[in-house]
Amino acid sequence: MNTDKHLLSIVVDDEPGVLSRIAGLFSGRGYNIESLSVAPTARPDLSRITMVTRGDDHIIEQIKKQLHKLINVLTVSDLTDKKYVMRELALIKVHAKPEQRAEILRIVDIFRCRVVDVGHEHYTIEVSGDEGKLKALMNLLKPMGIIEIARTGSIALARENSK
Amino acid sequence: MKLSGAKILVKMIKSQNVDTIFGYPGGAVIDIYDELSKNHDLRHILVRHEQGAVHAADAYARAKGSVGVALVTSGPGATNTVTGIASAYMDSIPIVVFTGQVPTALIGNDAFQEVDIVGITRPCTKHNYLVKDIEKLAKTVKQAFYIAQSGRPGPVLVDLPKDVMAAKIDFKEPEDITLRSYKPTYDPNKKQLSKVVDLIKKAKKPLIFAGGGVILSKASKEITDLANMADIPVTASLMGLGAFPGSSPLWLGMPGMHGTYRANMSMGNCDLMIAAGVRFDDRVTGKIEKFAPYARIVQIDIDPTSIRKNVDVACPIVGDCKQTLKILNSMLKDEDPKAVKGEREEWMQQIEQWKATSPQRYDQNDDIIKPQYVIEQLYELTEGKAIITTEVGQNQMWAAQYYHFDKPNHFITSGGLGVMGFGLPAALGAKAACPEKTVVDIAGDGSIQMNIQELMTAVESKLPVKIVILNNRYLGMVRQWQELFYDKNYSCTNMEMAPDFIKLAEAYGATGMKATKPSEVKETLSKGLKTKGTVIMEFIVEREESVYPMVPAGRALTEMLLV
Repeated sequence: MNTDKHLLSIVVDDEPGVLSRIAGLFSGRGYNIESLSVAPTARPDLSRITMVTRGDDHIIEQIKKQLHKLINVLTVSDLTDKKYVMRELALIKVHAKPEQRAEILRIVDIFRCRVVDVGHEHYTIEVSGDEGKLKALMNLLKPMGIIEIARTGSIALARENSK
Repeated sequence: MKLSGAKILVKMIKSQNVDTIFGYPGGAVIDIYDELSKNHDLRHILVRHEQGAVHAADAYARAKGSVGVALVTSGPGATNTVTGIASAYMDSIPIVVFTGQVPTALIGNDAFQEVDIVGITRPCTKHNYLVKDIEKLAKTVKQAFYIAQSGRPGPVLVDLPKDVMAAKIDFKEPEDITLRSYKPTYDPNKKQLSKVVDLIKKAKKPLIFAGGGVILSKASKEITDLANMADIPVTASLMGLGAFPGSSPLWLGMPGMHGTYRANMSMGNCDLMIAAGVRFDDRVTGKIEKFAPYARIVQIDIDPTSIRKNVDVACPIVGDCKQTLKILNSMLKDEDPKAVKGEREEWMQQIEQWKATSPQRYDQNDDIIKPQYVIEQLYELTEGKAIITTEVGQNQMWAAQYYHFDKPNHFITSGGLGVMGFGLPAALGAKAACPEKTVVDIAGDGSIQMNIQELMTAVESKLPVKIVILNNRYLGMVRQWQELFYDKNYSCTNMEMAPDFIKLAEAYGATGMKATKPSEVKETLSKGLKTKGTVIMEFIVEREESVYPMVPAGRALTEMLLV
């Protein structure tokens, strides 16, 4: 069965309980949430939820319809088959012993990320990009010893049609 | 003029053309009850348990074709409504439930009789609200009624903190409701409908499958016109009974687990199924992979999530059943009538043959009353005109099979959730909506005990309903499954310990009657129906009678146990 990843961009009323309605819909009907990110939009009364979910075509169709049925949901767009830009931000705290520091900084440079906190024994690195970039960076840092990771989950916007 | 929250609430309820509400007071709603006592044009029926209030509001909405209202207090009052709300949600019944809440300053502090009812009911309401600001009260109440009855109807809950009810503001009439994120689709896509016209003309074995949506959108006339115009036989789900006249020669009976042989065989063999206002519940489809294998399915529903949820659909149409069928019928009228009626003779003969080989039947002897016989007699004595409510289990299935409904809104049952204890409070709600009608609750000895306290409501509020108890001293439907699939291990289904129902009726100030022999059935029913006030008629029936035909769970519709 085809259980492709889908990237959904959902615009909702910025009201208490809306996130719970959406999360409840997913748990109650047995759908899967891989990542979820919520933040205000340019309009103060609306929020955008960017969600990565998985399912076959039938399930994805139901997910979109069920989301749309919620009274507080304005629009549901499936960006998967469209042109879009997607980013995720991660903070990675990694062991940085003196002999490893140069190597870590080289990696940081190559990946065009930044060191945002330095200690005697660690660096905290800020990185943003798509999932592949984050994965590649973490693979390279793994041998140094990753202490902690915080990730935002994916956010995305559809690309405007160029004329 | 300054008005209190409670005053605004009552004013807004009345502005929705509601004449009756069902409720139970408590600490958090005293302000509202204080106000209610000053409004004699809004009848309040005092139930004996909050669950009863919601079932009554549900049945009131169905019998009247409008919105039902329940009012309860916070905490346990609110949690007691959950079963009723979940049932209305599954059956898409428009009700608004008002719950009291602790004062806003105490919310979240685990205050006395505090519960997060908005959180609890989120998955079983169409929408719900907590009103924290009195300025938003009138608008919220208006929205609640609008959401409950528009699109695919459903229950809406409004949680009302005590301080909001006591506060006062200058009242302003709220504006008309427009919700930017909620716009149900009523008008169907006409291109799709012209496809349906072609499908009907080509079909050799067409079938109409009507559901609760046809009743909710008041489309009985349209579905009947379609069937007659195109000569198409009709089946209807449990929720759709009465949408099409049960006395019509085109009527096949109900399909599904306890459906008629001919309805299920028709589903299994039709080449076109026009499904309107149905959601293809598992009790209807049987084994989904083998459901209607030869049919192209046209599905009409106002809720896009119902379409293609369980079965594959050749022609999906999102729209209101009434509007869609009206347009379809007018398109068919422009066609050659002969082409619309097609060549259906072979199909009709086949159906007649199914009907003759395996009719619904039972054998009534001289000694023991058969439950089916009681319902058939009830049907004859009431000339099919009564509003029938049911509990859940065998009583519900026999009522569906043996009372032939000609009109919509006359069969009121908890179809989706299957709530035991639904029938008695529902009967009260139906009686309040239609006082001129005979209202009968067809019950089992098990389920009647689940909300028996509402007998007091019936007597006090002068809602004279008739209760038929089919007493087999078993939880009959579970017993039937135990007999068929669990080697007759009747674990915990023997209900020989039961109250004396005659004395029970009398204790509540109602009348009790009992029949033990087949010869007494007719007389008891006729006497009970004529007796003034609320009456319990108890029938001691065959203990191990089962509901047939039956499609065992997980089997195809065409694999029926007929017996």
